[in-house]
Amino acid sequence: MGQIEKFTIDNGLRVVLAPDRAAPVVAVSVHYDVGFRSEPEGRTGFAHLFEHLMFQGSESLEKLAHFRHVQGSGGVFNGSTHPDYTDYFEVLPSAALERALFLEADRMRAPKLTQENLANQIDVVKEEIRLNVLNRPYGGFPWIWLPPVLYETFPNAHNGYGDFVDLEQATLDDCAEFFDTYYAPANAVLTVAGDFESSHAKDLIVKHFGDVPARPRPERPSFAEPRPETEKRGTHPDAHAPLPALAIGYRMPDPIGELDAYLAHIVLAGVLADGDGSRLEQRLVHTDGLVTDLSASAGLFGPFEARDPDTFSITAIHPGEVTEQQVLDAVDDELEKLAATPPSAEELAKVTARWTANLHSEHDRLMSRTLGLGSLELLYGDAALMYDLPGRIGSVTPEDVSTAAKALRPDSRAVLLVQPQTQQEDQ
Amino acid sequence: MTAAKSHRTAEEIGRTAVGPRPVPELGEQRPAADLASVDTVLPNGLRVLAVRHASVPTVELRLRIPFGGSDPLHPARAELLAETLLTGTTRRDRVAIDTELALIGGELGTIVDPERLSISGSSLSDGLPTLLDVLADVLTDATYPDGQVVRERDRLVERIAVARTQPRVIAREALQQRRYGDHPVVREVPQAEDVAVVGPEAVRALHAQAVLPRGSVLVLVGDLDPEKVIDDVAAAVGGWSSDAEATPLAPVPDVAGGDVLLVPRRGAVQSQIRLSSQALPRTDDRYAALQLANLVFGGYFSSRLVENIREDKGYTYGAHSGFEFTGETATLDIDADTASDVTAAALMETRYELTRLRVVPPSEEEVAAVRQYAVGSLLISTSSQAGLASQLSALAGAGLGVEWLAGHPQRLQEVSTEQVVEAAREFFAPERFTGVVVGDPEVLSDGLAALGGVVLP
Repeated sequence: MGQIEKFTIDNGLRVVLAPDRAAPVVAVSVHYDVGFRSEPEGRTGFAHLFEHLMFQGSESLEKLAHFRHVQGSGGVFNGSTHPDYTDYFEVLPSAALERALFLEADRMRAPKLTQENLANQIDVVKEEIRLNVLNRPYGGFPWIWLPPVLYETFPNAHNGYGDFVDLEQATLDDCAEFFDTYYAPANAVLTVAGDFESSHAKDLIVKHFGDVPARPRPERPSFAEPRPETEKRGTHPDAHAPLPALAIGYRMPDPIGELDAYLAHIVLAGVLADGDGSRLEQRLVHTDGLVTDLSASAGLFGPFEARDPDTFSITAIHPGEVTEQQVLDAVDDELEKLAATPPSAEELAKVTARWTANLHSEHDRLMSRTLGLGSLELLYGDAALMYDLPGRIGSVTPEDVSTAAKALRPDSRAVLLVQPQTQQEDQ
Repeated sequence: MTAAKSHRTAEEIGRTAVGPRPVPELGEQRPAADLASVDTVLPNGLRVLAVRHASVPTVELRLRIPFGGSDPLHPARAELLAETLLTGTTRRDRVAIDTELALIGGELGTIVDPERLSISGSSLSDGLPTLLDVLADVLTDATYPDGQVVRERDRLVERIAVARTQPRVIAREALQQRRYGDHPVVREVPQAEDVAVVGPEAVRALHAQAVLPRGSVLVLVGDLDPEKVIDDVAAAVGGWSSDAEATPLAPVPDVAGGDVLLVPRRGAVQSQIRLSSQALPRTDDRYAALQLANLVFGGYFSSRLVENIREDKGYTYGAHSGFEFTGETATLDIDADTASDVTAAALMETRYELTRLRVVPPSEEEVAAVRQYAVGSLLISTSSQAGLASQLSALAGAGLGVEWLAGHPQRLQEVSTEQVVEAAREFFAPERFTGVVVGDPEVLSDGLAALGGVVLP
């Protein structure tokens, strides 16, 4: 499908090139190998706050200049913070390729970290958290509220958006230390995809990133912790939610070290909850009528977003007159059936075909193609895995899926209950 | 972070021996390739727009059926119809529909609003015959099985309860009522008690009366041969016919400016600011100029509004201003969500920026930046099949097509700064806007009263 070229420049920056001349647009992304699992205790939300600061100017660019140069070139931009990495990207008309490389290189070399911008972005991040978590029903469900039930250690359990108290205590020196530790070129992957000629892009990359000083690549800690040995339960009161909800969290095989077993969990998620004909949709939504909506997912943000440990989750919103035990019993019953009798070949063919089509669709959007290549290079050292995935997913057998279902055990999981708070809303 | 200091200071990090460097100039831009397309009306009255965009071996499908209605129960019936359209035909039950679609890597989904019923889908390109067959099957022979309708009705009531606790839904309903009163356009989310009384017969009757080809538009984009696909569509949906025409929404009145209404939501930690005014549709000669003026105001991140209330003041995570197209008209809608204690200040700054756009009008530099952004972001958003299909579907709903899309970069290039300034002066007067603020009246009332131009509860 895609032609991929990879190399590493002298300061250790890894580069992925994926030229494609079909449309006159180009995308540039940088993935740094640090996410919210690496932020220290007392500084929850720091990795995300720091992501905001990386847009606030650098040696050659005043505050606001980054946005203006990208958009004034006809482009779009964003960044996002994940458990194990942080990404930054621009998609632009191809005439702006060199400009985009310059912008990323300038902030990798010398971001301008100031007290004024830090204070401003703490305010902005608090507004983001009010918008997405505090002021709406089911805000942060399940990604903020499930991990502290499933996990014991701070990196895995804490809130990656951050507590306001922690955010307000962030200092400029914290920012300097975080940048110097984690934002080294050797700790990053640069991906360029779209309309360009490889040797030209290579020259431009060396020209702009070549003199970003080398710094040591930080040692990556293990976040491993034992699986739960019982069913753990937790509750989260939600002042805005009208209906109860629950999330079940299970541990998964190591996404990198046990890729085939991990892929079987991805297929299992499809068999369970993708489409009207899926097992849990049929049973819980349509036949038993227990829940309003449900989902099953390998990874709290989708697959290929994190290293070990990673979470398989099933979520449901249900009417108050249905008990959580009814929902759990029905889920367990369906998992037991799959564990006892592997799914049919047709059930797997459905999942494979939808995966293949989704992969094409992701490839077709240059932004998601670029981010996918970059994150796979960062996590797996293998950007081309993107194009092997449909084949790998297609090789998962019914027995593999059955084995995955067997591993989702009631005595080794977390159950989070979202409890509506009786509050009379206007309207 | 307390480790012994082994890192540089923030100031040291922001400086290098070389010093600041010049930003590279833009290179030569190559235009997008022309699109092979066919735009035709079938004998049954369905307009079909097929475009070849073979970047990946998939196809995207968008069908828009005008779906206006003045009956008070119309929104409830329409919503339940959308929820159950894909739950069975004489030939296929719900699981069979999902299975056939899944095996071609396909999806079909329905959404209804006061203007239209939209069916969107996609599949691997070699599955297109199946996708069209399933689509034609539900259009001509959806049976709305009793059990499915009753079950989905219960779910819908629950989902409506969830929707009405979302601040953005509450704010949207309040804005619609503020600017359009009781016109049918305001009924975007049906009332739960209305849904509860709709039965399968009413849904079937609505389908027979309103799911009609004449006046509807089908857009297909992807790895396809446009000429051939038109024949395939004609063969597939030939049995979908009626002499009647699909019902458009009754024309909406122009938005009149006026005070902002404070809508109480007790205990809220953040407020929704929503403003709106009458604007120009895409078919107006001045549209491109107004599009650029709006970008300068609040239409992109580097706009005056975002740079003021987010990047300078930290009042909001996101502020936006954009066009909303309804029937043959358009409005400018401004939105920002802000913490309760800065809501009045954010509304004040928003009004200030409206006035400033007229008094200190867009400069040559600002216009050059938004022009480049308008051209470039259109190029980016239409470079994927899904983006192009959605864009064309929206244009087709307004009676436009591929030529409008192809010609728009040129129109944007030809707009002069003077025309942008004129559009700013005419359309951004604060008194042209009305709107709502949704939030906690205990915290908001004093500040909003002091600001003025706000109706308090």
